[in-house]
Amino acid sequence: MAEADRKQKGTTRRQFLSTTLKTACSVSLMGIGLGFYAQRANALPPLAIRPPGALPEEDFLSACIRCGLCVRDCPYDILFLGQLGDDIPTGSPYFIARTGPCEMCEDIPCVAACPTNALDHSLTDINDARMGLAVVIDQENCIAFQGLRCEVCFNVCPIRGKAITLDYQHNPRSGKHALFIPVVHSEACTGCGLCEKACILEKAAIKVLPIDIAKGELGHHYRFGWKEKEKAGKALVTPDVKHQYNLPEGVRYDLQGKGLIIEKKAEAPHAPPQDSPFSSNPLDTLNRKKGDD
Amino acid sequence: MANRPEDVGKEAVQKKGWFGAHKWLILRRISQLGILAAFGAGPWLGLWLVKGNLSYSLTLETLPLTDPYVLLQALVGGVVPETIALVGVAIVLVFYSLVGGRVYCSWVCPVNMVTDAASWLRRKLGIRGTSHASRSTRFWILGATFILSAITGSIIWELVNPVTITVRALLFGVGLAWIFILAIFLFDLLVARDGWCGHYCPVGAFYSLLSTWAPLRVTAANREACDDCMDCFNVCPEPQVIKPALKGAPKGIGPVILANQCTNCGRCIDVCAVDVFRFGTRFGNDPLIGAKVPDQIQTTGS
Repeated sequence: MAEADRKQKGTTRRQFLSTTLKTACSVSLMGIGLGFYAQRANALPPLAIRPPGALPEEDFLSACIRCGLCVRDCPYDILFLGQLGDDIPTGSPYFIARTGPCEMCEDIPCVAACPTNALDHSLTDINDARMGLAVVIDQENCIAFQGLRCEVCFNVCPIRGKAITLDYQHNPRSGKHALFIPVVHSEACTGCGLCEKACILEKAAIKVLPIDIAKGELGHHYRFGWKEKEKAGKALVTPDVKHQYNLPEGVRYDLQGKGLIIEKKAEAPHAPPQDSPFSSNPLDTLNRKKGDD
Repeated sequence: MANRPEDVGKEAVQKKGWFGAHKWLILRRISQLGILAAFGAGPWLGLWLVKGNLSYSLTLETLPLTDPYVLLQALVGGVVPETIALVGVAIVLVFYSLVGGRVYCSWVCPVNMVTDAASWLRRKLGIRGTSHASRSTRFWILGATFILSAITGSIIWELVNPVTITVRALLFGVGLAWIFILAIFLFDLLVARDGWCGHYCPVGAFYSLLSTWAPLRVTAANREACDDCMDCFNVCPEPQVIKPALKGAPKGIGPVILANQCTNCGRCIDVCAVDVFRFGTRFGNDPLIGAKVPDQIQTTGS
């Protein structure tokens, strides 16, 4: 009787242990699977852009509870939630600049709606948002590089003249015209995507990319001499010896671009009534010795 | 004596009429569909009563409601939410601690309608076979999701949570969510009885924990009338919770269903032809109720 009792107890304990172990093992397996799935599923495709104020992606994914209130409160209805089967983490908000860019509302209703600070409430000026960074990514197809006047991205930019400027360059094809090259400045660009939406090409030549993809990073050991010099207030290496030119009196040479400078002699009222002791072509003066010989 | 699972509720319909035998079921469906309609009125009709979904919602721009399980995963991931989200959690926690956490499962969750349908079809088709996973698996999964949330720093269960995926599918666009829902239906129909909700869903497991001390309970107050027809066991999504309350009189166990897995769905009340069950509180749990042999209680009680 006692033995049978013990036997029965033993079986239940064994059963209990084996069920527990089985469950623990299968749940661990599921957990590992879910972990790997999470790693894959949590990657955001580069063209999907988070709403303004979104925390860095990893923090964003732990903070966003996928409620969709930002989607609801967006007055332009540009935001979507990632659906099952999309490449976007399930239920997390995003927009696609080419089809619906952020209109940069001053009151930022999407951020105000967020209950978990996944869209950072410390963002109060929409111009401080950094959703991404516009990049003129295809310079072969952007017609500005062909010398055509377009400037649509420059003109639609909500921070016109700061986030995108036009860089005038010589047009070597015609030899006499200018290229109006759009240049994006990361210190002002919010990544709203209005430029990408407005780009007149079939496929936009200017695209908003995640900042970490769009931006390079200087080697950390790198120092720019002129900046260090400015910081230190003096040259950090042996200063250059000032170059001596063999020039006639009243003539200086500026290495930095002005070239030859001819100073008028103010204290010579009795000098012969001529503008300069030299020919109008400075080369004549420079080559004078040769000619005199 | 015992009825076949196919005939669940037949006697009750004969005795109480169709509405009498489906009263709580109808009320539950009104509740579930009403909540979906309140959410849907915005996107479908432009009538913005409730914004958001079952993770977090804002009703009439004032009342916040936050899913505590989702927020807890976020907290484990190191998030400091806005006050409004915490207020929403407090409201939800208080409410479900009073009415029973798994009221969420049977009165709110839209997946419940899918698994109830699978369960119904399973009975009608006479499908008996079932897999033998432990019903405690869901608690293991619950624990695993917290560990994974901490490790991955993301709200891990929201990647696959059928509850919120279903609601979002209806309100924000379907995607491939229907495959997911179909999979759960087929799993419950063909593989395991009450498979998803009864064994695996960590959302239900979390709300079970909230049920532990809830005062609102189903009680087998009239248990001496039980004629062992088995209808309640056949219809119940968590049949293991019934036995102690219904058959525990000889062991000195009171008639109130105290197990936290009970979803307070009230189907047992509906299908019982002799009205053994009713809604009550955990406080009316006198072991003497329905005890047939008084001296047996004296020996086993105390």
